[in-house]
Amino acid sequence: MLKYKPFIFRLLETDRGSKYFVAILLALMVLVPVCNLAVPESSAFHMPVYGVTLIGKYLTYALLAISLDLVWGYLGILSLGHGAFFGLGGYAMGMYLMRQIGDRGVYGHPVLPDFMVFLDYKELPWFWYGFDQFWFAALMVVLVPGLLAFVFGWLAFRSRVTGVYLSIITQALTYALMLAFFRNNFGFGGNNGLTDFKDILGFDLRSDGTRIALFVCSALAVMLGYFACRFIVQSRLGSLVMAIRDSEGRVRALGYRDEYYKLFVFVVAAMLAGVAGALYVPQVGIINPGEFSPINSIEMVIWVAMGGRGTLYGAALGAVVVNFAKTYFTAVAPEVWLFILGGLFVGVTLFLPRGIVGAIQKIRGMLGASRNTGLPGMAAKK
Amino acid sequence: MKRLLFLAFFSLVFLSGLDAADHTNSDSLIQSSFRLLSSKSFADKATAINSIAESGSSHAVLVLSSILEGDLYYHKKNKNMVLVTETTPRHYEITDPLTEELVSTKSKKELRKKYKKVGINNKLRGLLNEKLAALTIYSKDKSTRLRSTRKLLKNLNPSTVELLRDAAPRETDPQVKELMQVCIAVSDARSKDPEIQLGAINELAGSLYPEVRVLLEELKTAYTDSVAADPRLLPAVDSALRATSLKVSFYKQVENIFFGLSLGSVLLLAAVGLAITFGVMGVINMAHGEMLMLGAYTTFVVQQLMPNSIEYSLFVAIPAAFIVTGLAGIAIERGIIRYLYGRPLETLLATFGLSLVLQQLVRSIFSPLNRSVITPQWMSGSFEFNPALSLTYNRMYIVVFALMVLFGLLWLLKKTSFGLQMRAVTQNRNMAKAMGIRTGWVDALTFGLGSGIAGIGGVALSQLTNVGPNLGQAYIVDSFMVVVFGGVGNLWGTFFGAMILGITNKFMEPMTGAVFAKILVLIFIILFIQRYPRGMFALKGRAAES
Amino acid sequence: MSNPNVTEYPAIHVPDKSILYLDGVSVSFDGFKAINNLSLYINKNELRCIIGPNGAGKTTMMDIITGKTRPDEGRVIFGDMTDLTSISEAEIANLGIGRKFQKPTVFENHTVYDNLKLALEGHRKVFENLFFRLSGQDDERINNVLETVALQEYVRRDAGELSHGQKQWLEIGMLLVQNPKLLLVDEPVAGMTRQETEHTSELLTRLAERHSVVVVEHDMEFVRSLATRVTVLHQGSVLAEGSMESIQSNPKVVEVYLGE
Repeated sequence: MLKYKPFIFRLLETDRGSKYFVAILLALMVLVPVCNLAVPESSAFHMPVYGVTLIGKYLTYALLAISLDLVWGYLGILSLGHGAFFGLGGYAMGMYLMRQIGDRGVYGHPVLPDFMVFLDYKELPWFWYGFDQFWFAALMVVLVPGLLAFVFGWLAFRSRVTGVYLSIITQALTYALMLAFFRNNFGFGGNNGLTDFKDILGFDLRSDGTRIALFVCSALAVMLGYFACRFIVQSRLGSLVMAIRDSEGRVRALGYRDEYYKLFVFVVAAMLAGVAGALYVPQVGIINPGEFSPINSIEMVIWVAMGGRGTLYGAALGAVVVNFAKTYFTAVAPEVWLFILGGLFVGVTLFLPRGIVGAIQKIRGMLGASRNTGLPGMAAKK
Repeated sequence: MKRLLFLAFFSLVFLSGLDAADHTNSDSLIQSSFRLLSSKSFADKATAINSIAESGSSHAVLVLSSILEGDLYYHKKNKNMVLVTETTPRHYEITDPLTEELVSTKSKKELRKKYKKVGINNKLRGLLNEKLAALTIYSKDKSTRLRSTRKLLKNLNPSTVELLRDAAPRETDPQVKELMQVCIAVSDARSKDPEIQLGAINELAGSLYPEVRVLLEELKTAYTDSVAADPRLLPAVDSALRATSLKVSFYKQVENIFFGLSLGSVLLLAAVGLAITFGVMGVINMAHGEMLMLGAYTTFVVQQLMPNSIEYSLFVAIPAAFIVTGLAGIAIERGIIRYLYGRPLETLLATFGLSLVLQQLVRSIFSPLNRSVITPQWMSGSFEFNPALSLTYNRMYIVVFALMVLFGLLWLLKKTSFGLQMRAVTQNRNMAKAMGIRTGWVDALTFGLGSGIAGIGGVALSQLTNVGPNLGQAYIVDSFMVVVFGGVGNLWGTFFGAMILGITNKFMEPMTGAVFAKILVLIFIILFIQRYPRGMFALKGRAAES
Repeated sequence: MSNPNVTEYPAIHVPDKSILYLDGVSVSFDGFKAINNLSLYINKNELRCIIGPNGAGKTTMMDIITGKTRPDEGRVIFGDMTDLTSISEAEIANLGIGRKFQKPTVFENHTVYDNLKLALEGHRKVFENLFFRLSGQDDERINNVLETVALQEYVRRDAGELSHGQKQWLEIGMLLVQNPKLLLVDEPVAGMTRQETEHTSELLTRLAERHSVVVVEHDMEFVRSLATRVTVLHQGSVLAEGSMESIQSNPKVVEVYLGE
């Protein structure tokens, strides 16, 4: 226990789920590009580019789900406004991509994006300054969601807003942002959002190479995000965060400022969500205020619940499974999808309180396999 | 429809006033003028109008007003005059203007073929207005006099002013008299004699009629641009305008408060059911908005089932909606929520899933488009307190209805044995159980009650907004805000929360625009909850922590 | 209500001996006065028992000392003139006030070892905990405490799996590794067997050699076994104070308890 070992080795030694998760990610990172580039198109194993992008999109959702799980599964805060951070990260990236269009827009203005020309802007609003630089946009991708989370969390945690109250005001937060971004005069393109992107860092966004690179970046981001979260939850800080989740008053009586711990985790999660949003936007080619809608945020919660909260990789799994189902059903029978999604919410909470991962563990337990000890207990919490 | 009322109204007024023998005689006078009306010459028509106006017949007003509104036609061949009313789109009823008997019903095409409208020009229109006014300002009915005087104010000319100068001293009703004097003063304000002008302007100070305000503005520009005949005129106009605008802005505030109260009532109706399920039971019901939606759709279905008695449909819809959504609520509680007590976040998720299912269900059954719910006659229109302030009936009914629901609910909770059991279960479940209360049953009924109230709220909402599958979504965040802002577990808190939010919203709207006002209110609540985590009416001490 | 015991208790005039001083503290909840002008001294290395009927304000008093509840009036002075009513719960804990809750409160999803690790003295800042590693010294300390509270066998068990009495001990163990100057112990022997109760009694007596301990307890047998000064609370203020024998013969105390 006391002997020093690099964190990643310790992690992979103790946690079976993590091992599988990292292995699958690595496999995807290699196999998907190979199946696209090296396997001939006639082969059944060929992966078309849209498939690569689709999986890339799922991976950004997976990162988002991991960050949400950090807040919900470990900190015990059910955030119904996590989409706000995802959306802000996405908008930061979208602003960079907009400015990359330069004078190639429909109106051909050298600086102003099309929607600003259309809305009769005379000059660039101050908050668009700097977004022509990638490094600046990348900084904003984490800084803006982080700052919002910091201010919101500081106010909320300091005055001990907890439980459903907190959930409801997080929902109000994202709802307010949605209303604001829908306004044309807010300076972010109103209803239509930001779209018609051309290239990123000089690479054409529609080229196959860029798409594959974005996919690999997404997979890498998921892996790094996962390690970061795993590192946090396995540290003494993580242990404390779970203690706060289970018994806030006890933690305070021990002399910890629980609000700082909550704030730390909340801000980290918001930043990760921002990164997920930033990777999402170039792959789907649009960001609009719909990303802030409360229903989006609450849908994320069901990914985590479905996969199994408090495990991190379960959240990622849930994100991929639910979104795969969504892609499939919205194409095949769109009117059925909402029934399924609604049914998932009800079914998972009633019958799968610990999600797919919990169910698998239970089955393994019944089969007499050794219990997975690397996970924090997520006994049904009152 | 409007004309029918007009008809009923005037026949009453005149029949009571006139001798029956005289009646037939005067009708024949009208009959004889009808020939001239079908003439092409406007001069002939003017003669006809004059003689109809002087006939003294009880039908004169009806005939003249239908000429004015373009409802009087004549048969192309026999030149008989008829009244034409559109009953259903493109279908017309044709009646005799004097006997009021139905002649026939015609389609638009047939009507065009056989009948021709009695056409008028602006000059005739003026004449008609004048004659109608003269006929009606001596009416026995006060509101007729008031209405026709009001009409005259819009379109004053020397002859009508003379008419009014005669009528005003004889007028007994103070309200009508005041209006008549305003008319005269408006005319006098343009007089050549500064003394008369000054008197008139002073009299008009503080008057709220838009015509008066226009006049005063005009005079002000005229006197500012060029020197007035008398130096006292400009200050008089100024002070008259000031008095008027002061009053107008006062009534604007009153109107804003009323709008705020009516918005607050809508919020109250939407949130009060939630105050029961969330506040009393501690259950987060994200499908609460869909209960509102179900209530609104119940209204729609009820109206479909009784298309001939729309006027009464709401009285059927209210209990129907209560029963439908109440039963839905009981089913939700028994089927899902009872397995999740003590796990509020899970309840939230499960009921959210349910809301998705309910929305999609409604979309599948009723189509994704909005459905139109008809507003009964007695709820449409508005009540005019004065020219600057008129309040619509539907909003007034909503305010009253919301209060009735609130008090009904308070009574139910405080005075009935069900309310007692409910409060007992909330306070100490085990003790209540030990005392023989069937807690499961009480839970289900409480949840049913909360949902049923939401259904009633839905009926009210159907009168104000579009009824569509997303109706509930639009209100769920607001409802939560109201309950959380007001303080959980306190119906009065919900009441004040709803009203304060409603009024704040309406007062901010003119300054910031509706959407931005809403954003600001949301931000305000977020900050408010952080200062007072348990709302305005919070419980304190150890009891609050459980 | 006047305090009839001032004359019986001259020690209060020696401030450097006291570690905790409640000065005219009052608090009310929705009109109900839970604590009513309460004044109380606790000396250094004193073991004090506080008894009183239900609703006397015992737990509320502890809430006020630990900063969980803010008093409407009065001061709470700890050690060298620190007023506890103006600082946060965490700061109060870090000044050296530890608390065992009435209902045993441990981290049920953490192992017994992790519970003690989290309670360990020092290391309260966020970022130092992100990179925290346990030193051999600390490990040894935890093991010692485990021995003291007889939980060595359960080190790897989740605290939620312990019996009620074991949870009580674990919580006391957490207090020990936290190493506070003043321990507030709310009903430590509820749900314990006779043997466990005796053990707890010994433990608390031993603790009082180096710490100040305030015990709130209903179990009169246990209070008597501690053989120490007893304060009786009634309706939010001190009714009587003295040895167990003098308390038991105090007619006012008898009236309060029997009149219940």
